[in-house]
Amino acid sequence: MKKFAALLLALALLVPAMAQAKDKVLMMATTTSTDNTGLLDELMPEFTKDSGIDIRWTAIGTGKALAMGRNCDVDVLLVHAPGAEKKFVKNGHGVDRTQLMYNDFVIVGPAADPAQVKGMPVEKALKAIAKAKAPFASRGDNSGTNKKEISLWKAAGMAVPDKADWYMQLGQGMLKTLNAAAQKGAYTMTDRGTWIKYMDVNKGKTPLKIVVEGDKVLFNQYSAIAINPAVCPNAKVELANEFIAWMASPKAQKAIGDFRLLGKQLFTPNAGK
Amino acid sequence: MGFIYEGLLKAFELLFNGNPETWSAVYITLCVSSLSIFFTILLGAPLGFVLGYCRFKGRETLRMITDTLLSFPTVVIGLLVYSLVSRQGPLGDYGLLFTLPGIAIGQVMLGMPIVVAMVANAVENSDSGMKDTLLTLGADNIQVLKATLWETRYHLMLAGVAAYGRIVSEIGISMMVGGNIKWHTRTITTAIALETGKGEFAMGIALGVVLLIIAFGVNFSVAKLKRRAGQ
Repeated sequence: MKKFAALLLALALLVPAMAQAKDKVLMMATTTSTDNTGLLDELMPEFTKDSGIDIRWTAIGTGKALAMGRNCDVDVLLVHAPGAEKKFVKNGHGVDRTQLMYNDFVIVGPAADPAQVKGMPVEKALKAIAKAKAPFASRGDNSGTNKKEISLWKAAGMAVPDKADWYMQLGQGMLKTLNAAAQKGAYTMTDRGTWIKYMDVNKGKTPLKIVVEGDKVLFNQYSAIAINPAVCPNAKVELANEFIAWMASPKAQKAIGDFRLLGKQLFTPNAGK
Repeated sequence: MGFIYEGLLKAFELLFNGNPETWSAVYITLCVSSLSIFFTILLGAPLGFVLGYCRFKGRETLRMITDTLLSFPTVVIGLLVYSLVSRQGPLGDYGLLFTLPGIAIGQVMLGMPIVVAMVANAVENSDSGMKDTLLTLGADNIQVLKATLWETRYHLMLAGVAAYGRIVSEIGISMMVGGNIKWHTRTITTAIALETGKGEFAMGIALGVVLLIIAFGVNFSVAKLKRRAGQ
């Protein structure tokens, strides 16, 4: 009985400790690329040191992050789907959209390149992959990368190959999708940051290679958006703006540019440009 | 095979060198599962006892409902709790999304049917002859109740451990309601899913080993209790 009482007491102490709401907690929804690459792990402790704000983030696709913003479940977004973001702001869900950094998308595929797309422009490459019915792994999760990929199929004058046998919609984050593509010998599209991280994790040993890159349409802009307090009264807009200002500050911008894996830069800062 | 071996080696290194990310996930798992099992038993045991001990109209239907709820899929609970605690949901004002108490709500829903059903079963099946004997010996109703409670103590523990095993190993609720937030709501199971997805198998294996130890530890105690309960 004594033991039970002790347990009760311990739990009674534990519950309020866990439920305790800290004032300076900022909740962020972000894309998988900023988290998977380790960029946030590198930057956020610095942010917390400078501002005293305890930032917590959940890494999901941009589509889901925007949905969480619409539901008022987070305070700030760090995402990469400019079209959807502008609509989000225009509909009154977000304020102060600020561009912070960019990299580019690349199409990677098996080294043997079964569809022979190496060096082609994007549209031609996608057409060739579809024609050869070469396996293609899609994020399939309405993320920023997925939205971009869908727009590219359309730009190539094709319907999105939704039910095609060779088209796999994984519904997973970018690193998972790259791993699946490697296992299945499939092509896929990724942001360069996550690609470098993937090479780093696998120590350069991978059956995948970059086949298409450098096309202007493959530009990949990351921005932060504060959730509109007029729509979501609980949104901590002041903390969100403090975060955005810090990310756009010379110090953070330099840290973004200095973040390297395998000696390569993953993101290029471009706040205020 | 190489990477499994490498993973195991790395796993022990992570555990014994006190890797903070690994131990944070372990600590959070223990916190949230303790919270969940506490409320599961607190709410479930009396309900189960009433359901097994008392005779009232609609009792059979209630028993059937709890038995049916035993197979509540965790992703559905996750979805349900998410829609309840999201800011747009009915419990939105409490800010429970992305918190351990939020996860605990779902885990209590997961564990409750197990405790209710098992306790009700045990009470129902406990020696009904004992009740008559006690009554003939002049015991009053309160004394009979006390005796029955005492008789089912092992079954209650058994129910608790069974529910704990399910709670500690679930992932659907932790992922959807907790959001897998590093240092805050990243449990062992969500961390394994994340690390495996990233291709970082070593940390996944390290956490898998800890989860195995917890789960096997729980099952081992179930086996011991079963013997004592004489089942």
